[in-house]
Order: sequence, then C-alpha cells, then structure tokens
Amino acid sequence: MYKEYTTISEIADPLLNVEQVADAHYMEIVEIELSDGSRKRGQVLMTSSGKALIQVFEGTEGIGIGQARVKFLGRVMELPVSPDILGRIFNGSGVPIDGGPEIFPDDRLDINGNPMNPVARDYPIDFIQTGVSAIDGLNTLVRGQKLPIFSASGLPHARLAAQIARQAKVLGETETFAVVFGALGITFEEANYFMAELRNTGAIERSVLFINLADDPAVERIITPRMALTAAEYLAFTRDMQVLVILTDMTNYCEALREISAARREVPGRRGYPGYLYTDLASLYERAGRIRGKKGSITQIPILTMPEDDKTHPIPDLTGYITEGQIILSRQLHRKGIYPPVDILPSLSRLRDKGIGKGKTREDHSDVANQLFAAYARGREAVELATILGEASLTDTDRIYMKFAERFEATFIRQGEYENRTIDETLNIGWELLRMLPKEELKRIRDGYLDTYYVQIKEAAAGVQEG
Amino acid sequence: MVMNIEKKGVIFSVNGPVVIAQNLPDAKMYDMARVGTKKLAGEIIGIHGSAVTIQVYEETAGLQPGEPVETTHEPLSVELGPGLIGNIFDGTQRPLDVILKSSGYFIPRGVEAIPLDRTKKWDFKPVVKIGIAVQPGDVLGEVQESTTIVHKIMVPPGLSGTVKSIKPGAFTVEQTIAVLDTPEGEKKISMLQRWPVRTPRPYVRKLNVDEPLITGQRVIDTFFPIAKGGVACIPGPFGSGKTVVQHQLAKWSNAEVIVFIGCGERGNEMTDVLMEFPELIDPYTGEPLMKRTILIANTSNMPVAAREASVYTGITMAEYYRDMGYNVALMADSTSRWAEAMREISGRLEEMPGDEGFPAYLGSRIASFYERSGKIQCLAQEDRQGSLSVIGAVSPPGGDLSEPVTQNTLRVVQVFWGLEDRLAYKRHFPAINWLISYSLYIQNLESYFKENVGFDFSDLRALAMRILQQEAELEEIVRLVGVESLSFKERFILEVARSIREDFLQQNAFVDIDTFTSLQKQYLMLKVVLVYYQEGMKALDQGLSLRDILSIPVRERIGRIKFVPEDQSSKLKEIISEIQDQMKAKMRGEVESNV
Repeated sequence: MYKEYTTISEIADPLLNVEQVADAHYMEIVEIELSDGSRKRGQVLMTSSGKALIQVFEGTEGIGIGQARVKFLGRVMELPVSPDILGRIFNGSGVPIDGGPEIFPDDRLDINGNPMNPVARDYPIDFIQTGVSAIDGLNTLVRGQKLPIFSASGLPHARLAAQIARQAKVLGETETFAVVFGALGITFEEANYFMAELRNTGAIERSVLFINLADDPAVERIITPRMALTAAEYLAFTRDMQVLVILTDMTNYCEALREISAARREVPGRRGYPGYLYTDLASLYERAGRIRGKKGSITQIPILTMPEDDKTHPIPDLTGYITEGQIILSRQLHRKGIYPPVDILPSLSRLRDKGIGKGKTREDHSDVANQLFAAYARGREAVELATILGEASLTDTDRIYMKFAERFEATFIRQGEYENRTIDETLNIGWELLRMLPKEELKRIRDGYLDTYYVQIKEAAAGVQEG
Repeated sequence: MVMNIEKKGVIFSVNGPVVIAQNLPDAKMYDMARVGTKKLAGEIIGIHGSAVTIQVYEETAGLQPGEPVETTHEPLSVELGPGLIGNIFDGTQRPLDVILKSSGYFIPRGVEAIPLDRTKKWDFKPVVKIGIAVQPGDVLGEVQESTTIVHKIMVPPGLSGTVKSIKPGAFTVEQTIAVLDTPEGEKKISMLQRWPVRTPRPYVRKLNVDEPLITGQRVIDTFFPIAKGGVACIPGPFGSGKTVVQHQLAKWSNAEVIVFIGCGERGNEMTDVLMEFPELIDPYTGEPLMKRTILIANTSNMPVAAREASVYTGITMAEYYRDMGYNVALMADSTSRWAEAMREISGRLEEMPGDEGFPAYLGSRIASFYERSGKIQCLAQEDRQGSLSVIGAVSPPGGDLSEPVTQNTLRVVQVFWGLEDRLAYKRHFPAINWLISYSLYIQNLESYFKENVGFDFSDLRALAMRILQQEAELEEIVRLVGVESLSFKERFILEVARSIREDFLQQNAFVDIDTFTSLQKQYLMLKVVLVYYQEGMKALDQGLSLRDILSIPVRERIGRIKFVPEDQSSKLKEIISEIQDQMKAKMRGEVESNV
C-alpha cells in the first residue's frame, strides 16, 4: 500500500536524494530498507515534482544506490501515547529501550505539535519551591515557565537540575507531578546519573525518558526533544499532570541542526548556524506553559553548555531571547568551591514578580530580592576595586559592601546538594545579610517591611546571641 | 474574505514556508494565494516564467507536489472598521479569540477566521446631511467603539461624490450606512473598509512634530523624549528589559490608541498584556487600558512568514486610527524577529545574502516601515490632524549594536534608548544607558516643556546630564588611583550623580506609585536633587566639609522622593526649602564654630 522506491540518486550524509518519486509530502516520514534487511527512518526535508530530499535519522551508513528501498509512509512523525509511557525509557526516536512491553497507544500525536493560541494561555503565577535559595529567592521559578540553565563544560549543571527535579513542589498543593527527561547527545554517565537519581527517589515511576546518547546518530537529536515535549503535552493537557521537562544538552541539538543545514548547503547565519535557529528553538521552548481552564502545566528547564563560556554565542543568545530568564552558572564560583555556582547578577527570572509576594511567598520577597541584587552588585564592584587598588582605597561603605558580597556567596548562594530550604528560610538568610548594611542604604525596601523585618529579625538574632 | 477564484495551478515544490507553484494563471506580485487542499494562506513573492514563488503563512508540513494552488487576485489586506479596538489578532489579522472558540487551545492549520464580527450591530450616528459633497477621508458618521474611542466612519480613499442617503441606526459592519452619488454612479458605503497592508494609507502632508508623547517614564520624558508622531528604537541584549519598557509605554503613554505588536516573541508576554490591560486604568481617561488597545500576537512559535506580515498588519490599523485624527502609538516587539523572518524567507529563495545573511533590501524595508510614522494633515476637507508614533524594540545578537538590524534602524530613527545588561544586572531599571542614548526631538519640544512644565526644565536637564557625564569621567580616575585622590567637590559630584541615578532615573515598573510619573512631578524631583547639588556646591565653597553636607537630615527624604504621591507635589517643594534651610543652618553653625 505504501509506495516504494529504489531510485536513490545521491547520498551525502545525513541526506538522500530520491528521484522519480510520485509527490512526497513535505516532512513526511520514510522508512529505508537496506540490502541486509535492516531499517532506518528518515524525513522529507524538501519535495518537488519527482524528487525528494530526505534526512536519515540513524545516519546513512550502509545505504547504497540501487539497493536500498525507500518507503514513503504518508504521515508526519508521530509519538504513540498512553498513560503507560510513565516509568518508561525510550531511545531518541521513541522506541522503548528498557526491555518493557510495547506501548498500546490511546492516540498518536504529531511530534511537531501546533502553536498554542496566545489567548488560550494562562499566565504562570504559581511559585515552585525548588529549595535552592539562589533560585527561589532571587530567580524564582514558576509553574509553566521555561527557565534554562546556561552552563559550561565541567560545571555541575546536572547535579543542580537533578536537585530541582527532586525538590520542586508547589506550596500547599498535592498534585500529580511528572518528569520528562530528554537526553540530547550526552554521555552515558550523565544520562545514567539522572536515571539513578530518579530511581533513588522513586521518581522514576512518574518519569518518561528519551535518551539519545553521544554515540547515537546526531540527526536523531532533531526529533528527540519534540518527542519529549509531545509526551509532556499529552501528560499535562490530557492527563492533567504538572510536568517538569529537562532537556540536556541543547548545544548538541543546535550542532545537529547546523550539521543538516551545512549538508543542505544553506546560506549560514551567525557562526554557521542556520538563519532559522531562532524559529526552530522557539518551536521547542514555546511548548511550555499553562492553558486556561486546564489543571496541568509544562515547566521547562533546558540545559545548555556555553561554548567557551561565552554568553553571546548564538545558542545561549537566541535561547535567552526566547526563554523567560536564565540561570547562569559561573566557573569562578565553582572554583571557589561554592555549590550551586549560580552567578546571580546575569541570571534572571522574568516571571518572578508574578509568582511572589503576599499569599504566594511572602510580602517582602520582591523588595528583599531587589535589595540583595543591588547590594551584591555593589559589593562585587568593591571587590574588583580592592583587587586593583587594595582594600585601603575603599570608602567605609564600600568595605561593608565587600564583606557583604563575600558573606552572601558563602551563606546565601552556597548550600548542600541535599539541602532543601523553605522560602522563609531563604528570605531570613537574606535579611540577616541585609542587616550588615546601614538602614539608610536599604533604599529598595519599603518602609513598612523595614520596620517589620529589619528590626524583628535583628531582635531575634540578638536574642539568640544572648541565649 | 471575499475572493474571486477561477483557474488553479499546482504545487511544484515545498521547502519550509516557501512553495513554488506552476501554471498559476494571472499571478501578480504580492497577491494572496491559497495553497494546497487545506487552502493555507500565502503571498506571491516571486514570478519566474511559469514558476510562482509563494511564502506560506502557515506550517507547510504534509503539503505535496501536485496539490492545487489558487490566487485570490487581491494583495494581503486588513479589514478596517469598528471592532478592532480591544481585540487580539495574529500576524494576518485572524482574531485569536474566534480561533480559540472554533479550534481549541492550539492553532491548527488552514483555519479561516473573519477579522471583524459580522453579526455585531453598531450604533451609527451620521454627522453629514444629504446633499453634501464629500471627499476621501471626510467623516460621514460616528460609532462609539469603546468607552474612550469614537470611531469615525470616513469616505474611503479614491471615492468622492454627494451624499444621496444616510441614516442613523444599528448596523453591522457590512450593511450600507450611506449612498454616494459619484461620477461613476451610485456607491454604497458600509463601515467596513479593506486596505492592502504593504501600501501606506494616504494623507495630505506631513507636519512638524512639536508635542511630546508623555510616557510617565522619567528617563524617557526628561532626558530622551519622543514626540507624538516620532520614531524611537530600543535595542538591548536579552534580559535588559526591552519588553518591560515596551509594556510601560503601551500602558502609560498619552496616545489615544495603542497598537501593540508581539512579533516573534514569547506567548506568555502576550498573555500578560491580555490579562493585565483590562484591569489597568488609563491615567488620562480613567477607563481600562484595553479600551484603547489593539494587540497583534505572532509569537515565536507561530509561522515565520506571518511574522513578516505582522508589522505591516499592525501599522495599517494604526494608520487608520491616525486618519481619524487620533494620536496613535505603535510598539513593535521585536523588529529583529521581523528582520530574521525576512532573512529566513530570503535564504529559502536562495537570494544573494548581504550582511550576516540578511537580504540586501533589509535597510530599505526597515526605512520604509518607520517612515510610515509621523504627524500628518489628514485626508479630509476639514482641518484634522493625527499622529502615529512608532517605537521598535531591537534584539541585537549578543547585545552587539554593530549588527545590521540595529545599524539600519539607527539610520532612520530619531530617538535611541540604548539598554545595557550591565545596568540590568545591578537592577537599575529601566536599564537605559544615559551616556549612549539620545533624542533628536529635544529642540522641537523645547518650547512645549518651557510653557507647560517649567521655564528652567531644559537647564535642569542639561545640568543633570553634565553631572552624569562628569561621574563617568571621575569613576575612571577612581578605578585607577582610588577615591582618595578626588577633591571634595569631585566626591560630592559622585554623590549627587548617584542620587540622580538612584532617586530619579531608576523607576520600578511593578510598584504602583512609581510606575508612572507626571511631567510636573518629574520636574520637581529633578529640581530637588539639583537644588541639593547647587546648595552643596555653594556650601563647599564657603568652607563646609563634605561630611557636613552629606549629613543634613533632609537627605533621607531626598532618597524617598519617588514615593511622594502625585497629588502631594507640594511636599517636593517643601523638601526644596528644607534643603535650603538646613544648608543655611549648617553654614551658620560652621561660622559660629569658627568664631
């Protein structure tokens, strides 16, 4: 019933040209049967009368002209879904690799999805407590947000992501959480670390894993995140679950995209990446969010490693323009032995102000966060000045700020990998630090809170010392 | 959409949003086409012999060579008439709430939706009598479109004659409200007009701009003002607060109609606007902000070709309200995404690329878009003026302002608000760098500020700017040799500059009392800081120590001037006299202790 062709005319890894084709659909899936009987899958990248250009997911190894048979399946890439996908492990193209039974699907979903109607969206406002002060206090994550971690090779992004997955909860609610994990070209060790973490906490039963490892075909990475997000959409909007999606490492995804673009001889944009990199990344990241009248949500934490620690590299740059903030890890803090090494000044959560405050976290949260940011920024400047000119050249106030910055890193940012701080604890640590500064320096805090917290906590602290 | 379809062509090839069709009769450049069995909307952008190139406004997955293609014989147009205000459209003017009702939470392909509601009846009141001769742009009657906007039904461009009949009553947008006797015979006029988006709407002539668009944002209104009818751009790296500034302008600027285009940006940002604007109250009219706003949402995951069209769709609607005599402000966030959409299509067409892969016509497209702004004499017999201000956000890759989109934009805009991530990291918002930004309207607006705000407003601004400039120079010295090497006067300048930055320039969009500041309050706030500067300098001359000047009690009040409510501006004047008194007292004390 499917049309089959043996008319491959050109092979340039990972692309195939097939001739004398009767009208292939754009983006249609094809199956390629090799002369030894093995099968590979691919997708139509360009179609014109009598011709089709195909990208082969598993690489073109073993495909020969005149031997391989190309079968056009007449449908776009789909993911079979059912509640049974929870607790299962799939490869990068959605085939189970955990030895479990086949999935009997309720439905088959187009992995490209459709854009969510902006009118249908519900604004993310529910605070997610991750137990990590640098995130909860200053760069707050809310349900339905896409907040990437900008990391670099050698930094503990995997541990941080695992900690978030372990500890994340919405205050005062008991709803069904699920974790969807998409591994894009990472090493076996890293993937294994995540699986072990999920297993240890029992979270594996409510997780879906899509694993494309470093030695799996690069082109497959193009579809892996789409598989993961389709599964996430199903769980969130059909099964009413709160889904946390972790995609790592997006840099490998972009490299794969560049590889295909180069093979197609497209006009390159910056640094050889295709001109549509922004659009392509957006088609993934924008699949986070909430829908009005639906219980479920998709929160995305994509992880990417910045080449040469460079934030202006196209991958982190375009990501930052799409996502709702970014958590940036710093090599400098990591060297100082601070975990998590979150560089809070360039980090940002755009949805913070909607997710915090009275009734959500605490009334003083926003002011405290702003003041901590401002004070730490000034402290860092003072530290820099002191390294050039010596501490003696600082004014008295600047010296206080310098001490503040050091204590801030040591007590607020630094915490244990298994330490789960409540938001109250986080804010109180913040206030204790702010007490180092003279009251008139706290310009960003409204009078009322100053009276309540600055004084109250000072007294409490004094009480502790006396007792 | 009414269309006239006869013969059909067929798809020859599909490459992303670019489809090549063959044997499409009567294909004309920029006419709309319906592609494939799903009738996806597209626009003809190239004709080579019998091959016609079409950019398709929807996802093309699943299209196949051999499927039919038809042309509608009409360029991409928008519908103009009552019902635009308060609505949200996609890049090709499909109303998103209608799509939500018809198709659910996700936007499927090939869905058709009529921009203006055909069933809703509007109360039409004629303002001309039968027998009057009318020309294009003349107002025939009025419709109360929202609580704040009176929609003027104008004679469409290209039509003139005498009014044969006109009647008041409730009509749908398609019903005839008037009949004109024209040289070509009788013409029926309804409240609905169509206009091709790539053609600017006509006007009599452009006028000089002379009035500021008041935004309530201190750094903008005081230091880098934009005029009504002006053009501005906001470039900045991600996280520097472009979108918040754009939202602030959409909320608080004193234009009567706002068109906000979310071009290739985040879906949640549009949701934010949609949920917030109906709640927020316009400080000028006391009505919800949504009653004056039109939204265009083409988020980053929506089809790229429609993104290219979205800025034109938006500006055409904006021009239409300008033609009624309104002051309209258009925000496009972000024009970089528009330019990238052009690049993407251009790449698929295998055109010869210019800088960084952008097409060679990038500069001319950007220039002609911004040139559609301005203050104009409206097309009409009566004396009517309207203005269209355009504010475009630019998202330079890596924050590098030398990239083509920023550079081409800077060539045409008059106001440049340069956002900087360094300021944003310190949580100095709006993160507009005062040293690199500029406004070329300051001259045009000088007399307005003198007459309406304060006779010394320009002098204060110049002085404040000079202090900030000096601060930058002094900080260089501090970085090299430390603060000890500065004189007391120089150290005082640093203190005042810090006060200008923290007490005046920084403005918190999320705090009710701080989010909007009237011009009058801005003037007084600046005056407070600068009186302190002048008095302090005088005192230093007379031998007072820096410690004395910095320790006067009123300083704490200076640090909180932004929290003085709008209706208690007398308190600011009070602070000014307090500064003078306390400074004098210090000096007396000094004199006494010397004696």
